[in-house]
Amino acid sequence: MLPLKGITVLEFAQFMAGPSAGLKMADLGARVIKIERPGTGEAGRGIALKNIFIDESSMVFHTANRNKQSYAANLKDPEDLERIKKLIAQADVMTHNFRPGVMEKIGLDYNTVATINPKLIYGVVSGYGPVGPWAKKPGQDLLIQSLSGFVNLSGNEADEPTASGLATSDIFTGVHLVQGILAALIQRNKTGKGAKIEVSLLESTLDIQFEVLTAFLNNGKQLPKRAKQGNAHAYIDAPYGIYKTKDRYISIALTPLDQLAKAIGVSLPEEFVDKATWFNKRDDIMTFLAAELIKETTAHWLSIFEPLDFRVSDVYNYKEFLAHEGYQALQMDQDVLTSDGITMKTTRCPIRIDGKRIFNKKSAPKVGEDNRSIDNEFNLNAL
Amino acid sequence: MSKPLEGILVVDFSQYLSGPSASLRLADLGARVIKIEKPETGDLCRELYFSNLVLDDESSMFHAINRNKESYAADLKNDVERQKVYKIIEKADVLIHNFRPGVANRLGIDYDKIKALNPQIIYAELTGYGKEGVWKDKPGLDLLIQSLTGLTTLNGNDGAGPVPIGLAVVDILSGAHLAQGILASLYRKQTQHVGAKVEVSMLESAIEYQFESITCFFRDGGQPTLRPKSNSAHAYLGAPYGVYATKNGAIALAMGSIPFIGELISCEALSNYPEPESWFTKRDEIKGILAEHLKTKETKDWLAVLEPADIWCAEVMDWKTLFDQEAFKILEMVQEVNRSNDYKYKTTRCPIQINGDWLTSEIGSPILGEHTEAINKELVN
Repeated sequence: MLPLKGITVLEFAQFMAGPSAGLKMADLGARVIKIERPGTGEAGRGIALKNIFIDESSMVFHTANRNKQSYAANLKDPEDLERIKKLIAQADVMTHNFRPGVMEKIGLDYNTVATINPKLIYGVVSGYGPVGPWAKKPGQDLLIQSLSGFVNLSGNEADEPTASGLATSDIFTGVHLVQGILAALIQRNKTGKGAKIEVSLLESTLDIQFEVLTAFLNNGKQLPKRAKQGNAHAYIDAPYGIYKTKDRYISIALTPLDQLAKAIGVSLPEEFVDKATWFNKRDDIMTFLAAELIKETTAHWLSIFEPLDFRVSDVYNYKEFLAHEGYQALQMDQDVLTSDGITMKTTRCPIRIDGKRIFNKKSAPKVGEDNRSIDNEFNLNAL
Repeated sequence: MSKPLEGILVVDFSQYLSGPSASLRLADLGARVIKIEKPETGDLCRELYFSNLVLDDESSMFHAINRNKESYAADLKNDVERQKVYKIIEKADVLIHNFRPGVANRLGIDYDKIKALNPQIIYAELTGYGKEGVWKDKPGLDLLIQSLTGLTTLNGNDGAGPVPIGLAVVDILSGAHLAQGILASLYRKQTQHVGAKVEVSMLESAIEYQFESITCFFRDGGQPTLRPKSNSAHAYLGAPYGVYATKNGAIALAMGSIPFIGELISCEALSNYPEPESWFTKRDEIKGILAEHLKTKETKDWLAVLEPADIWCAEVMDWKTLFDQEAFKILEMVQEVNRSNDYKYKTTRCPIQINGDWLTSEIGSPILGEHTEAINKELVN
């Protein structure tokens, strides 16, 4: 039995951070009901990658909202709001990411909702926290990567600030929201009381930089300096990085420089013998290594380094990776099916429970697809 | 405040970052975490330095990852010491390890053995690549997993070659997923009185991290990932999505109508792109125009016209600039912690807020074996 079976989550949250949290709880066994505006539904339905849509909603929406139900309600309509309050009274968790003040205006802020259901766990996602000068600024993934210092860690020294080309801030914020909600559910089992859980994109994006921020806070506030070429981490000494070979690239992680030089078949210049230089003269060392590694193919180097258990690997694109037997062995993808009969291939939950992978065929719902059954099941029409 | 996981005991055998970041979060949420460390060397992260930075004889990374934990030194290959560790495990709610496949068996802490000792334990295991397949015995390091899974093809500009994220993002994400699985299983333990085995691999976590772009690859017939020629921040999104240099710094622009942005910043050339589809199909052209134009004024000048129109934009900041902002200061994101020898250092706090309170703790990282004696008295005898 999946661990969250029996838990009902009402998801008012839109876009990526909140819905990715809902997806994880759904995969772990919770029942997740999206509460959506009638007609257009949540705003994330219209946000597309490469302009790709599955039905009237985008592929991205379908990726983050599979395995959920949808209940359409106009929160500004008193009758709909009354139904939602009855639903909240029977739920375990609700999540939203409205800007500060919006839920207060509607009358679904935590203090009000706690009187309807004192056992409810109320999860809020914001951009920058609930108060302060940025509280009402738009909280969007790239913006948070940019103002949190995160973009100064990737790319080479002369490159412009380099963002991660995926929704890193959203994903981690969603992950932290799930952690807080689950911890509160555990506490509720002991105390019988609900809780308000708040996370923000800014705090979560600072949290993932906790190691490098701890260095910055204790080294006299020196800012990160990226390597000139092949940078993979501003704070880690040579050889850590990506190098071009005769035919491809090779990644070299934590590997002692002296052993690496020996395996390559060159003697380490005197000036790089002292380990302190491996960081202080990192660019010189990486240039020295790059000149050697370009001489042979990736396969050649791997055939020497792997038997020595060096921390190295090839560098793949999606085509190479997803066709590799190392990927295939995971059974990481699954087909989901929409109510229109459209099949979409996507990935599954990365967590295995009791030795089992978690699969689920259900795709994302249409707006209001489950209104009738939810009205009946939760007795919402008996006003 | 009372923290939600008070009363939960976690026994943590993991090293480096992935597993220990999971137990750090459980500690933040109120659990008691006991690191079981090899005598003399301990968690190998103690000597894994960042920029040669040494704090109280150990690495800054170790201090960041292991605050608010206890340390119990034991050699699992010594039978007497292993029996003592078993006594602790009998009383624990959660066990975490991140050994390569086979090692837990050799050390006598495989799932079957532990389940026999404590049937309701949550046994959490973090690997690099899972326990089947051709990669299972490879070293599970963040950069390698980024490199194998295609993640390095998503960042940077077209032509730049592979660009990894300069942070151990896969370690941290897999640790976070492990914490999710542990928490869900603790909930089930309370209600159903059963234990669980929770497994996460860095490889699977890295795939889920890319679930949008991998799903896109499946859907578009496997077309190669093509990054924008300049100002790239996402291979699969159209203009203006990216970071642009200004006269005195840089500005990030997320989404927005190209002609409307053109109007706001007085860039007439952008009026030639009225079709939203062209913002993706002609993104290199559009980004080129934007990049030239945005160079001509300072960041604050652009923000002054874009922000009031609710265009998603932000100044690109370094940590010094960010730390000076009032909006950052009020978060009180930095906390000072103390080791038992009175050594103090600064680090960040947990990002989760509960009932309006931040989860903080003044306890720093443990000295190797610091709590062995006390734990022997309390839990072993």
